[in-house]
Amino acid sequence: MMTTLAASTLAEFFNRYVSPEIALSLAAVFHAVILLLVFAHAAFVFIWLERKVSGRIQDRLGPTRTGGRFGWLQSLADGIKLIQKEDLIPRDADAFLFRLAPYLACIASFGGFIVLPFAADWVAVSLDTGLFLLFAILSLEVLGIVLAGYSSGSKWSLFGGMREAAQMVSYEIPLAICGLIPIVAAGTLNLTEVGRMQVGWFVNWFMFHDPFTFFAFFVYFTVATAGCKRAPFDLAEAESELVGGFHTEYSGMRWSYFFMAEYASMLLVSGVASLLFLGGWSTGLGPIDHAVFVDLKSWNPGIGPEGFVLGSYISNVIGTAVFLSKASVLVFVQIWVRWTFPRLRIDQVMTTCLKYLVPMACFLFLGATMWPLLVAMGQGQKTTLWWQPLGDRTVQVQEVSPHPLNEPEIEIADRGERALGKPGTQAVANKELLTEAAHSPSEQGRQP
Amino acid sequence: MNGGQVLFGIFALLTCGGAVAVALTQNVVRMAFWLIVSLGSASGLFFLLHADFVGATQLLIYVGGTVVLLIFGVMLTTSGPFLRISSSPGELMQSAVVGVLFIAMFFFTVWSVDWQAVADTTRAHDAAAATVALQNDTTGRSIGMAFLGPRPDRDLGADASRGLSTGYFLPFEIISIHLLVVLIGAAYLARAKRQQTAVEIGGDAE
Repeated sequence: MMTTLAASTLAEFFNRYVSPEIALSLAAVFHAVILLLVFAHAAFVFIWLERKVSGRIQDRLGPTRTGGRFGWLQSLADGIKLIQKEDLIPRDADAFLFRLAPYLACIASFGGFIVLPFAADWVAVSLDTGLFLLFAILSLEVLGIVLAGYSSGSKWSLFGGMREAAQMVSYEIPLAICGLIPIVAAGTLNLTEVGRMQVGWFVNWFMFHDPFTFFAFFVYFTVATAGCKRAPFDLAEAESELVGGFHTEYSGMRWSYFFMAEYASMLLVSGVASLLFLGGWSTGLGPIDHAVFVDLKSWNPGIGPEGFVLGSYISNVIGTAVFLSKASVLVFVQIWVRWTFPRLRIDQVMTTCLKYLVPMACFLFLGATMWPLLVAMGQGQKTTLWWQPLGDRTVQVQEVSPHPLNEPEIEIADRGERALGKPGTQAVANKELLTEAAHSPSEQGRQP
Repeated sequence: MNGGQVLFGIFALLTCGGAVAVALTQNVVRMAFWLIVSLGSASGLFFLLHADFVGATQLLIYVGGTVVLLIFGVMLTTSGPFLRISSSPGELMQSAVVGVLFIAMFFFTVWSVDWQAVADTTRAHDAAAATVALQNDTTGRSIGMAFLGPRPDRDLGADASRGLSTGYFLPFEIISIHLLVVLIGAAYLARAKRQQTAVEIGGDAE
């Protein structure tokens, strides 16, 4: 099923009207602005949600007045208040690092959205190493927190920073391992492809791929909650012990940057969870998915500028809505957990990670790796692992390879031609090839 | 001068500037910050070259791992609020001499290469494949294949009598075993020390 995308990237689309250099810059600015809006609105919506949910859980009403009903403008009021506040820097602080730390936290949290796909075609940068880069960027957020704690020149902040560093260094291990478990099933680190593989009935979601991925989702979600330093793992700011932890000395906008970073990274890890385990933009109902992501996508009434396909656009809007809804539900669960569970002690946090979560993640990873072998053996099939010669595997490698380097002497020439046919649709064709290859191991196996 | 060159200039300037600032700063944690700038910009250079995997690895290992551990170590071990390192004039002279010699070596090496010829050879060699990989954002794929063992980028279409090329599978495994040994060794060392003190304390009590 070929999609009739006229331009596969925004830069190509702009390139119809302006020179390549300007088109590339325009596309970059466009992506950056949209992601910045997502980043800011995540904080805007989720801070309001946090107040509202915490209020309800504590048998209060939460904000009710600002903006009319439900206090939905409360975050804006908070923002205006925070901008007006004085920007204090303690005398003992290292002023240079103290000023920079909130930006570091924000940049790291924002950076993760660069590789996060919101719909099948809506991703700022679609990389083959997408998830790897995402985890690399996630590991940077701790730097802002630790520097803030260290440079404040206050004991509370220093303790907060140290706890955050110890916690993050430990929790990154199970986070990365849990992220790899659905990747074992998917066979690609490209998050767009991971999402595309799960479209269809909800049994296609990697959470239901095998028992190991099912449990991995819960481990991942626990670890990701800790990674965002959310309660019950919010030892870095523990109000009851450390005043405000790493942000004790901060005021005004700089203080709020930390919270923007926190809420945005909550959305980020929830988005990754929904993408890796919960089907991404898939609605979970086969016919609906087929109608939206296949039929609607190729519908082109010819409205709008050249290179714009209305059906594809609407399909992506629906995909984004589904994806963001899933991620928001997970963020809601994080908020719910925060106001329900008591905070752990720092030693309990470390024990939970190193003695329980890391072994669990390792076991699940091992299980997910062995699962295809177990299934194949259970069906009495020969496993490709032991009986297939290397030459056969090289043939498959060429089949999924995006660029047939030379004239292939094997009978996959027709596929190669399809991939090399039109430059504009090449990426799509190759991705289809890949998806097909990943979905049909038996088909690969029958190649000579 | 196109956009890529401008970006390269910015990242290169930040990389070098950060490195110089690391050398000139005396406060250890500020050094760590400048290290973040320098290493992060270096990974930006890798991304600019479409070496996504190397860039992400640079971020993960150096910025996210090493620098965090450095700051963590400083926070755990220092007695005062802000640790400063000041070197004596002798040390300064020594390091300046070594540094200048090293830079000189780099300059001579870089200048003695005919870069135009290198660029032409590279372009002639694998221009087609590189362009396709760039268009599809799949520049990391060949290294991923090589980690698994097969080298389709070399073997396909090559002379069959030459035999198959080797990938990085074995080196990769050897490195991971090596790291495992190091981890176990570190855990053992940390553990043995504590047991020893317990024994010593027990001996004193007797």
